[in-house]
Amino acid sequence: MEPVNYIPRIRDNYARQGYKAYNWIVNADTPPWAPLTKPLSRCRLGLAASGGIYVAGQVAFHYKDDASLREIPADVDTKELRATHFAYDLSAARSDPNVVFPIDTLRGLVRDGFLGGLASRFYSFMGGIYSSRRVSGDLAPRLTARFLEDGVDAVLLVPV
Amino acid sequence: MTSARDITRAVNPPRAAFLDFPLGHTTGKPHDPDLQRRLLVEALTSFETMTSPGSIKDLPFRWSEDEEWKAKAFAEGDGRTPRHDTPQYQSEEDRRRAEQEGSPSCPVCRS
Repeated sequence: MEPVNYIPRIRDNYARQGYKAYNWIVNADTPPWAPLTKPLSRCRLGLAASGGIYVAGQVAFHYKDDASLREIPADVDTKELRATHFAYDLSAARSDPNVVFPIDTLRGLVRDGFLGGLASRFYSFMGGIYSSRRVSGDLAPRLTARFLEDGVDAVLLVPV
Repeated sequence: MTSARDITRAVNPPRAAFLDFPLGHTTGKPHDPDLQRRLLVEALTSFETMTSPGSIKDLPFRWSEDEEWKAKAFAEGDGRTPRHDTPQYQSEEDRRRAEQEGSPSCPVCRS
């Protein structure tokens, strides 16, 4: 069966609930390309996820165009991770955060030698932000700066 | 990674790996570390094998034998939580800890 077409379904759903129409980004230009310069087994990988993950003790995300970041130490105890979000069924993520924030999975891949290492800090945010300008002009550059400062070779993005 | 192929096609990132699972499971099923590992290995390998910007790799995993979940996705509305602009904690205990601990244990609570 074909993949679900979410854009029309979400558009209809928003209309039913009286939300403003969401303006989906369409990038027609060929995206930039940065080839990996060494094998994954020698790369340090970063992780950025939009599933609303935070660490117990941190201020949780809110649900109205929240463009903030949460810094997740790479050595965090997985049991301390929490999930909050307005747009997806949280039951799996609250039971096992690895379904939207694959931290144990990545640690295992480092132990096995598949990856060279991990960033010292991972990041989480919300998504579902109405203003694409806030994402491309504010959230994304802050995220990029932090990964560059940490010296990662590649970043895995995990939206929900 | 993505579980929404049409949205990713529109955003057009340099590389993507598509997992045809219900939203909220972009990197696997809960408490199935073997599956979580296999699909991440498949996805991450694209860093070494993809050569063309804008490529999407379709990962060879299925959520279930039948695909009834696809008909249900958003069919009855998604019951979205109202767009509150105050912190939405998973539990009251989290709220208490965040308000009590404040900034010292929380390097990037908001940034």
